[in-house]
Amino acid sequence: MLAQSERHQNFDPLEDEEELDLRAEQPLVPAASISGRALITVVAIMTFLASLTAGTAMLVGSAAQGWRGAVSREMTIQVMPVAGHDLEADVANAVAAARGIQGIADVYAYTKEQSEQLLQPWLGTGLDLSALPVPRLIVVKLKRDARLDTDTLRKAVTDKVPDAMIDDHRLWLERLSIMAETVVAIATVIFILVMIAMVLAVGFATRGAMAGNREIIEVLHLVGAADGYISRQFQRHFFRLGLRGGVIGGGAAIVVFLFADSLSLLLRATAGGDEMQAMFGSFALSAKGYGAIVLIACTMGFFTGIVSRTIVFRHLRGLT
Amino acid sequence: MVRFENVGLRYGMGAEILRDISFEIEPHSFQFLTGPSGAGKTTLLRLILLSLKPTRGLITLFDADAAHLSKDMITDLRRRIGVVFQDFRLLDHLTTYENVALPLRVQGRAEFSYRAEVVELLRWVGLGDHMHVLPPVLSGGEKQRAAIARALIVRPELLLADEPTGNVDPTLARRLLRLFAELHKSGTAVVIATHDLALMDQFESARRLVLGDNRLHIYE
Ligand SMILES: Nc1ncnc2c1ncn2[C@@H]1O[C@H](COP(=O)(O)OP(=O)(O)OP(=O)(O)O)[C@@H](O)[C@H]1O
Ligand SMILES: [Mg+2]
Repeated sequence: MLAQSERHQNFDPLEDEEELDLRAEQPLVPAASISGRALITVVAIMTFLASLTAGTAMLVGSAAQGWRGAVSREMTIQVMPVAGHDLEADVANAVAAARGIQGIADVYAYTKEQSEQLLQPWLGTGLDLSALPVPRLIVVKLKRDARLDTDTLRKAVTDKVPDAMIDDHRLWLERLSIMAETVVAIATVIFILVMIAMVLAVGFATRGAMAGNREIIEVLHLVGAADGYISRQFQRHFFRLGLRGGVIGGGAAIVVFLFADSLSLLLRATAGGDEMQAMFGSFALSAKGYGAIVLIACTMGFFTGIVSRTIVFRHLRGLT
Repeated sequence: MVRFENVGLRYGMGAEILRDISFEIEPHSFQFLTGPSGAGKTTLLRLILLSLKPTRGLITLFDADAAHLSKDMITDLRRRIGVVFQDFRLLDHLTTYENVALPLRVQGRAEFSYRAEVVELLRWVGLGDHMHVLPPVLSGGEKQRAAIARALIVRPELLLADEPTGNVDPTLARRLLRLFAELHKSGTAVVIATHDLALMDQFESARRLVLGDNRLHIYE
């Protein structure tokens, strides 16, 4: 092209050091042209909601699993007091019958006092229960991994004590499963809705940014930029915005869970705390839960970038 | 290199701005495109650059039928063409240096690989002291030279310049024209749209494409 000699006749050779104080490469799409703060806020809120949903679902899930594990390895035998029978003898017989079966780890019968104590929350204290026909409970703990079906136990026990009733908590377990599944289903729906809202918000922001930068896009095209290159310029911005929103929203969710955790630690010392503890184990989200929140936050960043890139790319393909 | 056959163009539903345009631009050729204001010079250049589609006729660009080009092929062709826009079209948020380097940057080249080249060209067009300023603070003539430098930086096979001397004094205009002549000598086909008669007279041997009455007249 231009003859090198000609160029050098006109100008001194390059003095390298002098000219190289270039600023860092500026983004081709100016940051100021994108309504970044609004998008960051939207992404932060969405990430917060998604993280809360996921975290709560995980809490409920692990609590349900805990209950299920404990409950499914237990059966209860109820021995009803029947006139003319010696209740203590019936209980002893039932215990003996249950002990004789394979796969049983432990059999424990509540004493009369303990059984009455169990009724206290309902009947109050200071009542003479000795007159009441209080049934006796026998807790049968199964060995780990033992699959004992209820009928074997029922047959063995009722052979000795015809009035005994066996409860394998099956109903409970079913309800528990349904509840846990419902929670997961609701969480999934919320998650999907949040994602849809995200896509729409990112879509609006991207289209706005493209409209504001139409001139720049056109010039880039005319100087030989490929569609992929141009959409990457947008993606870079939106990825950063999304990541920032994700970190803010995910961070807020982590703070909430940490707060709930320490609150439940505090409450455990108080009256209702024990019941909460019994219900939920604790509010402590596992490390996996916190990991999931971090993952959600990062995903939001990537997602924002990819969605905007896709939208830009599609839009560019429509242009001449 | 470029061939138009019976090309017609109208904007939207308006009247035909260009009618039955047929011509050819040979490799290594040098021509002026002239005609009164509003005759359609810019429009014709946009057709060559494939930023407008003709309403009629056939455009062949680098031996390819322009009507059947994929977007990637259009991008490839544009990288072989340098353009100086009448309204410069510099990006206001980039410095002069970054604007001139833009065609190389969008090809994915690393900044250090073209730095010296860009700096040298900027000095050659007299913008050595204005490398790091943004276009809005450049004078009209400085912007024009930045736009020219951006068109030259890719060492194009075809240069389209739309009124490249419209904003500069006669001395600089002559110098810039020498630059285009130099480019032509090194093998680039050059099309300069202008209505500056004095400029054309300095290059009497050049071919003239004259637009008038929506048609093209060619004076070899
Ligand atoms: N985007 C557009 N939409 C509609 N009409 C247009 C458009 N661009 C140009 N025109 C019309 O087409 C005609 C030719 O315009 P063009 O810009 O090609 O002229 P020109 O020869 O470059 O003029 P000048 O010497 O003033 O630059 C003009 O009448 C103009 O109004
Ligand atoms: Mg024009």
